[in-house]
Amino acid sequence: MRGANSAKWLAGAIVVALAATACSSGDGGEDEGSESSKTRYVSINVGEPQKGIIPSDTNESNGGYILDALFAGLLTFDEKGGIEYLNAESISTEDSKTWTVKLKDGWKFHDGTPVTAESYVKAWNWSAHVDNAQQNSFWFADIAGYEDVHPAKEGAKAKADTMSGLKVVDDTTFTIELSAALPYYEYKLGYSTFAPLPEAFFSDPKAFGEKPVGNGPYEFEKWDHKKLFQVKAYADYKGSNKAKNAGVQYKAYSTPEAAYQDLLSGNLDIIDQVGPTDLAKYEQDLGDRAIAKPYAAIQTLVPAFYSKTFKDVDPKVIQGLSMAIDRDTITKTVLQGTRTPADGWVAPGAQGKQTLDTDVFKYDPAKAKKLIKDGGGIPGNKVFIQYNTDGGHAEWVTAVCNSITKATGVACEGDAKPDFATDLEARDNDEVKSMYRGGWLGDYPLNGNFLKELYHTDAESNNGRFSNKEVDDAMAAADAAKDLDSYVKAYQEVEKDLLNYMPSIPLWFYEMNGGHGEKVDNVDIDWHGQYKLYDVTAK
Amino acid sequence: MGHYVARRLLQMIPVFIGSTALVFLMMYALPGDPVRALAGEQYSDPVQIAALKAELGLDQPIWLQYWDYLTGLVQGDFGRQIASGRPVADVIAEAWPVTVQLALFALVFTTVVGISLGVIAGLRPNSLRDRGLLLLTLVLVSVPSFVLGRMAQYFFAFQLDLVEPNVSLDESWTELLLPATVLGALSLAYVARLTRTSVAENLRSDYIRTAIAKGLPRRRVIGVHLLRNSMIPVVTYLGTDLGTLMAGAVVTEGIFNIHGIGNLVFDALGHREGSTVVGVVSLIVVVYLICSLLVDLLYAVLDPRIRYA
Repeated sequence: MRGANSAKWLAGAIVVALAATACSSGDGGEDEGSESSKTRYVSINVGEPQKGIIPSDTNESNGGYILDALFAGLLTFDEKGGIEYLNAESISTEDSKTWTVKLKDGWKFHDGTPVTAESYVKAWNWSAHVDNAQQNSFWFADIAGYEDVHPAKEGAKAKADTMSGLKVVDDTTFTIELSAALPYYEYKLGYSTFAPLPEAFFSDPKAFGEKPVGNGPYEFEKWDHKKLFQVKAYADYKGSNKAKNAGVQYKAYSTPEAAYQDLLSGNLDIIDQVGPTDLAKYEQDLGDRAIAKPYAAIQTLVPAFYSKTFKDVDPKVIQGLSMAIDRDTITKTVLQGTRTPADGWVAPGAQGKQTLDTDVFKYDPAKAKKLIKDGGGIPGNKVFIQYNTDGGHAEWVTAVCNSITKATGVACEGDAKPDFATDLEARDNDEVKSMYRGGWLGDYPLNGNFLKELYHTDAESNNGRFSNKEVDDAMAAADAAKDLDSYVKAYQEVEKDLLNYMPSIPLWFYEMNGGHGEKVDNVDIDWHGQYKLYDVTAK
Repeated sequence: MGHYVARRLLQMIPVFIGSTALVFLMMYALPGDPVRALAGEQYSDPVQIAALKAELGLDQPIWLQYWDYLTGLVQGDFGRQIASGRPVADVIAEAWPVTVQLALFALVFTTVVGISLGVIAGLRPNSLRDRGLLLLTLVLVSVPSFVLGRMAQYFFAFQLDLVEPNVSLDESWTELLLPATVLGALSLAYVARLTRTSVAENLRSDYIRTAIAKGLPRRRVIGVHLLRNSMIPVVTYLGTDLGTLMAGAVVTEGIFNIHGIGNLVFDALGHREGSTVVGVVSLIVVVYLICSLLVDLLYAVLDPRIRYA
């Protein structure tokens, strides 16, 4: 008797709990009902930006997404890596050294002030200045007079407040003089750091970062830290990427799995990357709403040319290691189709992307073994692959290691660093045991960006310390090319030549695996894997 | 009593300083430079890094950093985050309420359901319902919380369509019930087992026999005499459990996308946000200390033989 009573009570408690939770779903769904396309906000899982929204201080993807909505720079890129002007009317040069930028008339910041040549020049001078300690200040290093505002030596004071290379001609025209000719400089201007800033920014940059005022297709609405960043369509926007929806909600999720659950239940419109646990079934779940598309990013294994393993190594050995990796199988199984096997050092989406005429990227155990033997073998017959465990790399590193060992008999072991910070520290201090996991997302869609920034002797991101005078000279010659076309061609030759030196082992190109819900349409991604949110329409 | 509480409160000060110092040192000892990591694989400008470090005081020797932190903390200043530059106090204040709510819900759930189940089973040891409880608690203890959470999400949100899979941005209390249940499930098992054993044991004690012999109504025998004496081990467990529920909600918060303390610490650890980690840990330490004081005071209420002078 007593038992029955207690059981009843318990069942009652559960029902109460469920009924209470059920109410909540009704409340939450209210603002999702009957909305027309023009008034509907599109939601995407983009997490908390690392810092305040300042173009020159944002270099990670969450902040980058929001920058692209709030700011419209001089130009952007189309899917083939071509240039599309936004705020610029024209950008011209005769000698690739002095560039004249003409702006479109009548553009305004969201606070109503006009976008002028001064908005650009003042913003760039501020961003480059050493006292302002901006993360991206090095992007302005090509401009004449950069050393005066940002001396390279630690602790040195700036000699000037402005760069001598930037001159305002009139309200809508300014000139950029570089310290040396760069035929592709226009491409660099497509990076979000080169955005204009309104006068209001300079009085209090920190406060601005919390409530940014831009000139882009969307204007700032609210920022609920770590939860939601919301922007609404800017009615007076004049650019080609005008918003086709009412606004965007960038929602933070602690795991991609949680975001995927919300996508399925209709609480989220767009997911930028499906988590590993859902990869196997997302194409089934979403049908034609699933999106899988390669973009301009590559993953490589970079030999540390100072390490015991690879000091004075014969490139044949690295070729051999490359041929010992079964890229096809690993991308299909372990990586679940999230990458496509690499056929060169330049990722798709970049101009000058070519398929190298070689078998170095093909799995061929017999030849791999022979190449390593011909090249003099590997000291200790063992290699290490350094990676960070917080980035989901452990699985494929193990697979690559197994593949190498199986094919060539060379022992291979992952050298796990607990997180990215530790991984970077080992790279910076030249403490990589033999190879590290390298990744590169194109800054701008040109083949040179994938080659010079990584394999030139003086390149900042060349942590493998690859150094070859012939390659350096060829790159210098390519940079001095007369026009963009010959620049791209020259770098194609450089890429072909890299096969003989193997500064790294290209593994695969990134593929974006996302999707969208039933309530939105026209969802597509751009060259570097970001959704073109302004194009998304509500159904 | 007053003296005792005052003494306990004073004792908290060295414990608090010691534990923050320990966490501070551990964060400092971790490899990897958070300021350098901001640049990722891109060019890192030593000038800019040095400037940022100077601004944050990270260029000072460790003991000075800790002294600055501690003096700031006394004045209610938790410092600033490295990447965002936002005051840590603000960051914690955003995450704190939802976690406290979640933990309290879980605690209430654990207490009410756990003790009830324990009593039900303990009154008839080795009966069918006692075996049933044993099985239930065994399952709850052995199923990891992420499995339980995922199953609950799948079942209640997608099969029964009763709830949304994730907690929305409003974080209304009704939405927190399911995550709180999942969060409290493990503790529930322990509480039920503790209560059950304690009740079963005390059932055979002399004072219960006396109470029954006196002809007291059964409700009074169980509710006052038996329960009160059986609660001491349970209360001890529950006291420390609140802190555990708050700090240990990382998994549950992740599954239901709750932007609480657990995720904050997890994120902060990955990004080496020392001031955030130490700030949160300090607060949790305070919660633990206060809870254990409350538990000690509760002993006296439950068992009149225990007195504090």
